[in-house]
Amino acid sequence: MSLELKNVEKKIGLDTHIYPTNLKLEKNTINILLGSTLAGKTTLMQIMAGLDKPTSGEIWFNNENVTGMKVQKRNVSMVYQQFINYPNFTVYDNIASPLKITGVNSDEIKQRVGKVAELLKLSGMLNKKPNELSGGQQQRTALARALVKDSDLILLDEPLANLDFKLREELREELPKLFENRDCIVVYATTEPSEALLLGGNTATLQEGKIIQYGKTLDTYNKPNSLVSAQVFSDPPMNIAKIKKSGDQCSFLQNDIQWKTKLNIKDGEYKVGIRPHNITTYKEGNNTLEIKGKVLISEISGSESLIHFTNGNLNWVSLSNGVFQKNVGDEMNLYMNTDEFVYFDQNERLVSNG
Amino acid sequence: MNKTVNQKAWFFVIPVFVLVAFNAIIPLMTVVNYAFQETFGNNVFMWEGTRWFKQIMLSERFHASLGRQFLFTFIILFIQIPLGIAIALTMPKEGIGVPVCLVLMSMPLLIPWNVVGAMWNIFALPDIGFLGNSLNALGFDYNFTQQIGDAWFTTILMDVWHWTSLVVLLSYAGLRSIQPAYYQAAEIDGASRWAIFTKIELPKMKKVLTIAILLRFMDSFMIYTEPFVLTGGGPGNATAFLSIDLVKMALGQFDLGPAAAMSLIYFFIVLLVCWVFYTLMMRNEEKS
Repeated sequence: MSLELKNVEKKIGLDTHIYPTNLKLEKNTINILLGSTLAGKTTLMQIMAGLDKPTSGEIWFNNENVTGMKVQKRNVSMVYQQFINYPNFTVYDNIASPLKITGVNSDEIKQRVGKVAELLKLSGMLNKKPNELSGGQQQRTALARALVKDSDLILLDEPLANLDFKLREELREELPKLFENRDCIVVYATTEPSEALLLGGNTATLQEGKIIQYGKTLDTYNKPNSLVSAQVFSDPPMNIAKIKKSGDQCSFLQNDIQWKTKLNIKDGEYKVGIRPHNITTYKEGNNTLEIKGKVLISEISGSESLIHFTNGNLNWVSLSNGVFQKNVGDEMNLYMNTDEFVYFDQNERLVSNG
Repeated sequence: MNKTVNQKAWFFVIPVFVLVAFNAIIPLMTVVNYAFQETFGNNVFMWEGTRWFKQIMLSERFHASLGRQFLFTFIILFIQIPLGIAIALTMPKEGIGVPVCLVLMSMPLLIPWNVVGAMWNIFALPDIGFLGNSLNALGFDYNFTQQIGDAWFTTILMDVWHWTSLVVLLSYAGLRSIQPAYYQAAEIDGASRWAIFTKIELPKMKKVLTIAILLRFMDSFMIYTEPFVLTGGGPGNATAFLSIDLVKMALGQFDLGPAAAMSLIYFFIVLLVCWVFYTLMMRNEEKS
């Protein structure tokens, strides 16, 4: 089982929503489409499902050309950002609806709905209507509807985006389990890098209608092929600084901080990307650089603290474990882990990392 | 937090109170006054208790006009609500067609009621009116000033022409507020067009349709100007709906007591029907 996009392009009027894209998704995988809003995630999913036709290019499923085939004939299910359920059906009827339409007998419906409901912790509320449920439970119902029918392709379009923080965390942890041992391809769109890392599988980074990089999630994270891909896969945004390399010495262009590198690349100017969590208020790793900063903003996010500071003419973002508050204008020392630096050339292609 | 207590704040309510008193409470109380007393002018009143109410409730004339009124309202609701939904479903969802349709749809709503009546009167006249003349030319024996069936047909047609747009506009607004994801989800399920209508569109339009039915009920139940101009309640009393009958009684016969009692009964019927209908429609809605 595989889903393949061959040179798929989508234009609406003069706007190109998806640039020619090639992508092959294998069976039993979770594939994450990671990109900001308007990157083309939803369009791409609708093309995959058959809800929308590509302007040009082909979609192949199991070595069969399914371009333009109606979605009803494909065995697909989809979960949306909004909680989409039949408003005047009970939870049970909602979950059973895809099965009823395909004419499964009622004993089997009962058994399958029961199983999925248990998996999604909905067993106690099968007789309620969607508007009597919390947002999290409504989305669980929508998920159950998608899972009950044993689709070949399950598409999830930012399913957690409309949930509040606690419910999101809770459901996020359950998701990988839900897709285990299923004979299907899962495609999951999200704007959040942390969600991609948690789900594992494969990740495609998207920007402005182009797939920048596709590969195993950890590989995509650790070895971004370009600055754009690294930025898509970094939240808060990656720090970018221009550097100069001569011999084994590297230095930032806007200050005199220097460090040694084992990189085997030509001397010259490069760009370095530093993820916020590699700039911390404490030393981490064997090769750290000290940088003096003047605090611009200090904020606490969960059990981590974000400090925005200036050094040279650049603004930097650092992310440290622990909860603490700094005053605006404070001078402080921070530490950068040079082992985690990612180097890009002038064309913003990856040179090497570490 | 402690709230400060300042009874002088009540003065802020006075303007509203005065306004409501003058435009609602005082006129209503005048009617109440007439409903329980008999007067021969010169501001001389005699207490009659509930006599006028009993008289109206037992009067065959009132039963007849009330029956006509319910029949009329029922027929126009039965036509306008499904027709309005059907038109709303076929209206374009994007492009230049949207404003064009919306403006065309609103036109009948913008015409003053007596103008609508006069228009339809002339339009339907059997000798010179386009509708009346054409129907007769086609071989139908059509004359709304003399035949009861024709008078009803014309009045209903006029009301449908005048007010279906309101249902269309409300239904259209309700339909437009359904997120596209619902239709996609139904498409993925393989739901039929009819299933989409009954399982998604109708439930999602429930609130807006409740409002549409309430508005159309109240307006049609209190209809006066258009049939007054079109048929004057005739032929005979065939299209004398409640309000036409009421005006005849109050200003034609100058039976102020019974007319006042009838207007109060009329008012309570409208209130009661609206309340019962709204309560029934909203009983299963979430409490939030």
